[in-house]
Amino acid sequence: MSEKGQNFTEKKSTRRNFLKNSGLTIGGVVLGGAVGSLLGKDNATVTEETGHQQHAAETSSSNTNAALMFFSPEQFQITEAAVERIFPADDNGPGAKELLVAYFIDHQLASGWGTGAKEYTSGPFFPGEGTQGYQSSLNRQDVFTIGLAALESQSKATYEKSFIELSEEEQDAVLTEFDDGKVKMKGVSSDFFFSLLRSTTIEGVYADPLYGGNANMAGWKMKNFPGHQMSFMSMIEKDEVIKLDPIPLSSQHGH
Amino acid sequence: MVTTLPKTDVVVVGVGWTGGIVAAELSKKGYKVVGLERGKGRTTADYLMVHDELRYTKRHEMMQDLSKETITFRNHEKMRALPMRQHGAFVVGTGVGGSGAHWSGQNYRFLPYDFQIKTMTEERYGKNKLDSNYILQDWGITYDELEPYFDTFEKMAGISGEENPLGGFRSNPYPTGPMKTSPLLQTFKDATTNLGCHPYMVPSANLSEDYTNPDGISRAACQYCGFCSRYGCEYGAKADPAVTVVPTAEATGNFELRTHSQVVEILHTGNKATGVRYVDVQSGEEFIQPAEVVVVSSFTLNNTRLLLLSNMGTPYDSKTGRGVIGKNYAYQNNCGETVGLFDDRQFNLYMGAGSMGVAIDDFNGDNFDHTDLNFIHGGSIFLLQTGKGPIGFNPTKDGTKNWGKQFKEESIKYYSSQVAIDAQGANLGHRYHYLDLDPTYKDAWGMPLLRMTYDYEDQDREMAKFIGDQTEKIVKEMGATHTYTNREQGPFDIVPYQSTHNTGGVIMGSDPETSAINNYMQMWDFDNVFVPGASAFPHNGGYNPTGTIGALSYRAAEGIDKYLKNGGSLV
Ligand SMILES: Cc1cc2nc3c(=O)[nH]c(=O)nc-3n(C[C@H](O)[C@H](O)[C@H](O)COP(=O)(O)OP(=O)(O)OC[C@H]3O[C@@H](n4cnc5c(N)ncnc54)[C@H](O)[C@@H]3O)c2cc1C
Repeated sequence: MSEKGQNFTEKKSTRRNFLKNSGLTIGGVVLGGAVGSLLGKDNATVTEETGHQQHAAETSSSNTNAALMFFSPEQFQITEAAVERIFPADDNGPGAKELLVAYFIDHQLASGWGTGAKEYTSGPFFPGEGTQGYQSSLNRQDVFTIGLAALESQSKATYEKSFIELSEEEQDAVLTEFDDGKVKMKGVSSDFFFSLLRSTTIEGVYADPLYGGNANMAGWKMKNFPGHQMSFMSMIEKDEVIKLDPIPLSSQHGH
Repeated sequence: MVTTLPKTDVVVVGVGWTGGIVAAELSKKGYKVVGLERGKGRTTADYLMVHDELRYTKRHEMMQDLSKETITFRNHEKMRALPMRQHGAFVVGTGVGGSGAHWSGQNYRFLPYDFQIKTMTEERYGKNKLDSNYILQDWGITYDELEPYFDTFEKMAGISGEENPLGGFRSNPYPTGPMKTSPLLQTFKDATTNLGCHPYMVPSANLSEDYTNPDGISRAACQYCGFCSRYGCEYGAKADPAVTVVPTAEATGNFELRTHSQVVEILHTGNKATGVRYVDVQSGEEFIQPAEVVVVSSFTLNNTRLLLLSNMGTPYDSKTGRGVIGKNYAYQNNCGETVGLFDDRQFNLYMGAGSMGVAIDDFNGDNFDHTDLNFIHGGSIFLLQTGKGPIGFNPTKDGTKNWGKQFKEESIKYYSSQVAIDAQGANLGHRYHYLDLDPTYKDAWGMPLLRMTYDYEDQDREMAKFIGDQTEKIVKEMGATHTYTNREQGPFDIVPYQSTHNTGGVIMGSDPETSAINNYMQMWDFDNVFVPGASAFPHNGGYNPTGTIGALSYRAAEGIDKYLKNGGSLV
């Protein structure tokens, strides 16, 4: 990171400054409904202080979001162990477990996305060719339920232990079998379940913290992604790497 | 029970780019226009929480609800078509603004070659350049004839750009200057210049500066916030029907917009449409809206479907090659991608705008000699800096497993150090690529879904090899440490997102035997029905389609005005 880049983190612009600097007015009139409505919040800062960084995951009573909407406690534990292998803790920063990705997945499965609310779910159902996409009658809640049970039974069949009791290497070996489509599952192939587990893990690492994962925005910090920023107008042409404190959407939702 | 409403001059089916333009132009002229839009209304105020990759990109916040309607798909006629159950290869919009609410805003004019592709290809390469399954047709209008309409669209939207050294004639410069250039884009400019190509800034509907258009609509400059394609713009900086043509239409007092109104049938007797039947999807009530003119502006796929459902025009038959509705469905041959990873350079890739980019046309259209090549046409090769979301963008070296320790390390490292270049290849009409009604699957209103039969062909695969050679040279010249080139193409797969540049099905031309509409977008068989959109393209060019769609929509508006004054066929 260059020294110049550092400076950007220190610039905390107010909404008013932002509006002034970004040339959003024509003849003194501010344009646009969304932007206009920001004006009401005179003194609120756009860039929230993110100084109060907690390093441990907030799973205690202070994080009222960390409870289950869909998973059983057992399903939650298996998920938590599996996502950590997909996105493990390392020198870059926390892994999926500490980022609360298993809670994110639980909450997503409880949503309309978990039941395929906006997807075409009428029959008749046929397996179809590889190029024709998802054709099963199962929704994502079903796929996770069957898939997590299969992870467990595969672990027991191979190692006579629960998935959560396996060593990291053993967990990787079981997950690899799923990834390779080698495990027999009802309704969908094991690689389909794995790819859903994998993509949902990545979502939980990097989605806005409002969804329950990406704890403390630590996912974003690893990638130097600054979250919800209003303008890069003054930075877009710059050569140096620019590091900004990330901003969550909650900053926009003034109280 | 169906309620019949008072007659209007013009009813517009779908209020996205094409419907919005026609509504604005005709309401300005004093005609009474009713706009029926299946989705909800929208303003910039809806986008306060828009910087949300999960909701907008991954969960398709702005896209059509597939539980209500989708398409079925097969690669060829021997395959059983099955429904597209989840969003994939393309993502069609809904609500006021249509796909124009969440587009990227790359705004091109098709090349002069595109409009006369048959004539010009035969002149230069003879009649047997391609095998006889490809269907090449001239568009029934030339670039020069369409030029004034391109100009009008660009002024309305405030397109930001600089002249393309290899493009068609321009009567005026772009209304606003080009977008800013980032270090990454500069590297591409330098590399392509070194290779003897002709780079220029991508024409952009994300405004480079504050702009007031000829209709008096003022919009603010783009902030390069990085949330553009698939997102609405909270600034109104991105030209979207909801911040341009729709308010223009509403200001006339002649335009009535009815949202949540799903059109299910175009009604007709003899060679005239009488109006449309629609469902208020909130109350469940059915209405008939009689009209002097019916404009079908519901995006390529529904334009074709509504005509087929309403028994209008002759459906295309691949056995005989006859009929026109559903004919020449085409797509975008995005191909020849080279990915480069830099070990020694970092870029602020999270910043950007949907159409902040640089393109070259040295390998597009007939700008290069195809004598020794087994394909025609080509595509614009380009690099965009659209703003990379951390969920979707996880570049790694080729061969790295897509999970685990190494994946995490590389995807974090290269998040700021990747470049990907490909071409938006043209795609030709083909005897066995078409749209018709599915025999099995139905929508929420009990009507057959549209069935798509489509695949990539040799023409596309040959182009992919050639383009791959070019992009590889460019990325190497840019100084990438690792490069990976994909020279393969197909089979067409409905799952990974590729492009929402679906074209054809209601194609334009000069002969009613081989086309569905004339060059005013007027149906040959129903002279008070106009069908603007990419559905009119006899083939898809080597660019994003909307600049050309916009021009054709202004042309349609002019035609409708003429028709309302004089009646009859306009050509
Ligand atoms: C993510 C994305 C990025 C894109 N980026 C670009 C780009 O950079 N450059 C470019 O040139 N193009 C781009 N496009 C394509 C561009 O959005 C379309 O070409 C353009 O919007 C087409 O205009 P249209 O009026 O035909 O359709 P739309 O703008 O989609 O409007 C059609 C409207 O009809 C409505 N409708 C459909 N059926 C019915 C019915 N039965 N009853 C009532 N209403 C109905 C729909 O809800 C919709 O509002 C992009 C598209 C997507 C999805």
